[in-house]
Amino acid sequence: MQASATTTTQRPPDRLFEQLRRRAFASTFDTVVSIVVFGTLGYLVWLAIDWAVIRAVWSVDDVGQCGQGNTGACWSVIDARHRLILFGLYPYEQHWRSTLACVAIIATIVLSCLSVFWTARRLSTLWIIGFAAYYLLMDGSLIGLQQVTTDQWGGLSLTLFLFASVVLLGMPMGLGLALMRRSEMPVIRLVATLLIDFIRSLPLLTTLFTAAVVVPILLPDWLQGDKIWRVILAFALFFACYQAEVFRGGFQAIPKGQFEAGKALGLGYWTILFDIVLPQVFRHALPSTINMVVVTFKETAIVIIIGFFEILASANAAFGTGEWAPYYLEVYVFVGTIYWIFIFSLGQYGEYLKEYIKSGSR
Amino acid sequence: MATADQLRRRAQQRKFMIQAVVVAVIFLSIWSAVSSAQTNLTALGITSGFGFLERATGWGYSFSLIERSIDDTYARTLTIGFLNTLFLGTLCIVLSTIVGFLVGSIRDSTNLALQTLSTTFIQFFRNIPLILQVVFWYALLIHMPGPRQAMSLVDMVFLSNRGLMVPMFNLPVTAALGVGLASAAIAALLFWMRISLAKAVILWLVGTALSIAVACFALIPAGEPIVSIPALKGLRFRGGLELSIELLAMIIAIVLYSSAYIAEVVRGGLAEVPRGLTEAGQALGMSSRAIWLQIRLPMALRSIIPPLGNQWIFVMKATTVGVAIGFSDLFMIVSTSITQSGQTLELIAILMGAFLLVNFTLAQLVNLLNARLQLKGH
Repeated sequence: MQASATTTTQRPPDRLFEQLRRRAFASTFDTVVSIVVFGTLGYLVWLAIDWAVIRAVWSVDDVGQCGQGNTGACWSVIDARHRLILFGLYPYEQHWRSTLACVAIIATIVLSCLSVFWTARRLSTLWIIGFAAYYLLMDGSLIGLQQVTTDQWGGLSLTLFLFASVVLLGMPMGLGLALMRRSEMPVIRLVATLLIDFIRSLPLLTTLFTAAVVVPILLPDWLQGDKIWRVILAFALFFACYQAEVFRGGFQAIPKGQFEAGKALGLGYWTILFDIVLPQVFRHALPSTINMVVVTFKETAIVIIIGFFEILASANAAFGTGEWAPYYLEVYVFVGTIYWIFIFSLGQYGEYLKEYIKSGSR
Repeated sequence: MATADQLRRRAQQRKFMIQAVVVAVIFLSIWSAVSSAQTNLTALGITSGFGFLERATGWGYSFSLIERSIDDTYARTLTIGFLNTLFLGTLCIVLSTIVGFLVGSIRDSTNLALQTLSTTFIQFFRNIPLILQVVFWYALLIHMPGPRQAMSLVDMVFLSNRGLMVPMFNLPVTAALGVGLASAAIAALLFWMRISLAKAVILWLVGTALSIAVACFALIPAGEPIVSIPALKGLRFRGGLELSIELLAMIIAIVLYSSAYIAEVVRGGLAEVPRGLTEAGQALGMSSRAIWLQIRLPMALRSIIPPLGNQWIFVMKATTVGVAIGFSDLFMIVSTSITQSGQTLELIAILMGAFLLVNFTLAQLVNLLNARLQLKGH
């Protein structure tokens, strides 16, 4: 507190033009660079707005105005096909379920950003409830709605499903691997180390491909399960191997004395772990964990290659028919924007959290 | 009451039992996997083993650095895929490191405009999935005009839906590989000579230029032009170097995505350099360029190298995304081979082995670089 108070008195907030002069127009060279760079950036932004807003065609009824000399964006394709992009092949009259399910997952993500939920129990309860809500709504058979099987799930809702299940399954797996890696038992330690290093050296695509194509050969029929669950498990394992390293960093920040103090008080391994060590580990590991979650959200797009109808695949389908084929750019911009908003806000939140934790430990 | 000795022995026994159970479970799983594989493969009528590598493939693919035909054996085709992965990966690593250092250092400048430019670049390209960027650039390139209406730059560089045509030294591919190897060897030599970074970079550029000159002098027959310039002959371009749209889309997407990450790493590294060092340099009357080159960058490099190495490994792994647009990297060759030959287990083992080898080598290189850059006496 003391330190920040002194800095504020030393450096009063400058007025806007004062700041600008100092940071952008301090010398002739700076002025030239600033004018060129801001000019170019401004021009690019203007081009983008001109294309996306000013000269754009918005409604599906006006699709006749697209093309033929009009060089603006043709958002008619989104107007006509957004349901396909967001929900894939989910039955049309059941789309309200898909919408609610997406809202459940997004709400779960937003709520877990609030510090009220930052205990292991609350956080896991929140995610299990959110995930269960998603599954019950999407599948429907357990709450008396028409059953929709996973092969009909698609678009943004499938992307969110993959993301949520990978994080939900991968997080405890990662913790388990991290604990195994620092176990006193050499065999356990060796198994965890080999597994983590192996998975981390391979591209995610190879791991997922193995789960989709190779595992059926190696497992007896009754153990194979659905392709989507095999891929989710493999993805979760991938997440866990990276997350284990994040947790390991957190463990290294805890002084060994804390474990020993716990032992001296006669507490058992699990009590020491859950009541003393883990809360601190989570706190240290939080910024890197958010980073991992963001990366995972981005990486879900790769399942298109294994043949799942996630948002990128449904986007390809959206302009796949003859009449919409010229408007691929609009569709990619739409999907790119959805991804960008998700990932940018999660990333900014991670940055904020890093500062928050730094200031808390001062 | 048990004595301390008994308790200790009990704990020891428990630990032994747990480990024995883990080992037993692992062996059981392997045994079960092998026996399932045998049943399943027999049912499919596939003979396991690496004999298929000698068979001809009978299918084609988009990109190769060396001569290829559909009569190639699986072994040769897989080698070509591996070379493509290495080629694309190395090229993207070099380019994205250069762009990343540029963008990251710009972020460190005091000029608000340059900071904005760099932040925009980083936030824009980092926050969109790589595969989406790949298919985006591919879609954009494939909708370019045909070769007859190709966009051209001073009639030497042409961009059409067939790819980018650029002027190139009139050398065969093998000579280009030789020049590449010579350049890498020079880099390695300079690395061991422990001279300053700036000198090393300049010497490396000079050495590479020299080896190109030597190759041109030795290999191009008198009378032939030294540089081959692409020109439209009929429906397609002749001469020059053709970069196919698959390769181009991969390079653009990976370099933009990865350099945004590297820029962030570089920015972080520069921000960690203590202010006092810069001030000490100023007190000694050093110019701001000298402060940057001799104090800030060398200090920052020490914290930049480890995450930079991770990013290099990421780039190598990211080449697998090429399968989405039909770039024939190792992953695509392996997955096509699997559909065509059915030798799933062998091919996946080759794929995994290749990536383990490449990433292990890369990690060792980064370790060497790291050791070389550590402060002397620390």
